Amino acid sequence: MNTTAPKTEALSFKTPRTGGFFSRLPVVHQLRQSMGWQRGMLITGLVITGVFVLTALLAPLIAPYGFAQRKADSLAFGTQQPPSGEHLWGTTVGGYDVFSRVVWGSQTALFVIVIAVVFSIFLGVLLGLVSGYFGGWLDRVLVVLCDAIYAFPSLLLAIVMSIVISGGRSSMWGGILAAAISITVVFIPQYFRVIRAETVRIKAEAYVESARVVGASSSRIMFRHVLRNATRTLPLIFTLNSSEAILTLAGLGFLGFGIEPTAAAEWGFDLNKAVSDVSTGIWWTALFPGVAIVLVVLGITLVGESLNDLADPRLRGRRAVSAASGDVAETSVVPGGTLTAGPGGLDGLETPDPIGDEPGEVRS
Amino acid sequence: MSIASVSTEVGPPPASPPSPAHKPKGGGFGRYLLVRFLLIIPTIFILVTVVFFLMRTTGDPITAAQGGRLTPDQLAERIHQAGYDRPLFIQYIEYLGNILRGDFGTTLSDNRPVTTILVTYGSATAELAVYALIVAFVVGIPLGMLAAYRRDRGTDASLRVFAILCYATPVFFAGLLLKLVFSVWLKVLPVAGRASTGSELQMQILPNKTGFYLIDAIQTGDSAVIADVLQHAVLPAVALGLLTAGVFLRLVRTNVIGTLSTEYVDAARSRGVGEFRLVRKHAYRPALIPIITVIGMQIALLLAGAVLTETTFEWKGLGFQLSQYLQSRDFVAVQGIVALLAVVVAVTNFLVDIIAALIDPRVRY
Repeated sequence: MNTTAPKTEALSFKTPRTGGFFSRLPVVHQLRQSMGWQRGMLITGLVITGVFVLTALLAPLIAPYGFAQRKADSLAFGTQQPPSGEHLWGTTVGGYDVFSRVVWGSQTALFVIVIAVVFSIFLGVLLGLVSGYFGGWLDRVLVVLCDAIYAFPSLLLAIVMSIVISGGRSSMWGGILAAAISITVVFIPQYFRVIRAETVRIKAEAYVESARVVGASSSRIMFRHVLRNATRTLPLIFTLNSSEAILTLAGLGFLGFGIEPTAAAEWGFDLNKAVSDVSTGIWWTALFPGVAIVLVVLGITLVGESLNDLADPRLRGRRAVSAASGDVAETSVVPGGTLTAGPGGLDGLETPDPIGDEPGEVRS
Repeated sequence: MSIASVSTEVGPPPASPPSPAHKPKGGGFGRYLLVRFLLIIPTIFILVTVVFFLMRTTGDPITAAQGGRLTPDQLAERIHQAGYDRPLFIQYIEYLGNILRGDFGTTLSDNRPVTTILVTYGSATAELAVYALIVAFVVGIPLGMLAAYRRDRGTDASLRVFAILCYATPVFFAGLLLKLVFSVWLKVLPVAGRASTGSELQMQILPNKTGFYLIDAIQTGDSAVIADVLQHAVLPAVALGLLTAGVFLRLVRTNVIGTLSTEYVDAARSRGVGEFRLVRKHAYRPALIPIITVIGMQIALLLAGAVLTETTFEWKGLGFQLSQYLQSRDFVAVQGIVALLAVVVAVTNFLVDIIAALIDPRVRY
């Protein structure tokens, strides 16, 4: 029972968040005068992300051919054909239609993102909550474990995971699951850290004390009082992880650890096959899948950055305010950028709140 | 990029110095050094253990590499010889013991000790990483200062998008594009490799090779060889360096804007110091300190990126070897290299933290 409860809770906070985001669009409108380009970034991001999701969902309708199709009307496509009316973006060295594979690839990417993010939010949030709320040796062990995993190059970890899960070669769903789970393992520490730090802070708030005095159970306090308030940065991590999921999936595919070409289309794998094409001047097999990756990551990241700016009241102000609050004003989704970012970024989360901090609490 | 990179965004890295408020101050540099050093051990231990058990749950490496090519009897014989049919726990203890002695295993496919691979190819990866860091500094820091100087204006916005693009472009795609434009269309730079065959032959005969091609090339004293080596390095360095450049850009921008609102800068501003001079002379230097910390995190990203970059450019380093072994399904080699890289990452993080602590006393515990 307990296992389902956190899940619904963990996910339900997302819905109001997104809903809240759209209802907050007027805020963007207000930003127009002072932060015109920022609004542009958000809209650009939303449009790109929207196109990506639509392409993924409508792939069967958009793609002229199947992802593993090499011939139509018993006539082979031919290999490495330049773009033409027949094949908009040409054909690959394996004789597949590039346009169709790019379109189908968006579907694979979307599946992986959704599965990876749902898994890692669920597990990461649950672990972070329990670890932060109860503390003790379990907390110590989890922190050390997550720190160790966190410090490690995520791609290498994903490689190890994909060897474990699929032995490195797989069917469509096997490959998607393998990629998603590999990515999940890399992401759990991130959710864990953020949620745990927030939980430790919130645990000492007066309203949690009151709930405890009233006699609320631990699980009720955890999920009703703490979780609700600990999730403010999740949309940021959510977008960040989505883009990273795509990059990890592509990296795995590029190293030949993705999904077999006959099982599903995958951009990184197609780029791997394009390496030798490039040396001979064949550009269309590399360009289109690569641009697809860049665009999707760019779109999601733009949304994340803007969401983050909007979520922070100090960033909604005019230029003068944001300039005055300098380091707060810049919170980043990009690796490394959050380091000194202030609230919403890491430092803000992990620097102990004067009220919430417990002496002797190990933070990392 | 990793992607992978991509690994570092959400929390401060465990290895990074905690904020000053973390723990009560006290204890000097020596204590910090000791504590920080002792932290390496559990990190390496955990990673090695996790990797060992994960890899073994898939079964034994010999079946993975040879399955289908040998008869079941031959397979069983090979597995028995290698000791993979013993209890997992005993294998684990033995593995730990070997690692303590510096033995990370021997590859199945070409029967080489993993540590030899590190010695042979590590220098190539290190060289690539250094070049990439140079590119990142040269591109990221001035642009970050520019963005801070022109903050909230068009230049700043486009630089921000540029930084996101640096992150959004997988290194191997950036590499392929660069190759396409500069090697295939413009024909100004070589397509792949670390040097042309002629230069490599000249460097082979050197009495004390370092493995760092630039140093070796300088040793030959032949300017053609030096130029050749440098030409080969440009594209991989840019492809990998841009990833980190985006991170540096954002970091410098954030920190310069932060320091611009501090009181001492306000004081300078009230004395009539120009805004450009404020950025360049007053706000810039303290803003660089976080960069040093971030380099520690970047090492992990760079290594992941190096695997992909080296594969793209056939740059014969550790990453290239790793992807070769992945392809030949030699999981003993993969496990060994991954475990070894865990040690490298942990130790580099330690060194970076020490340097950061030397420069900025505030980060000490």
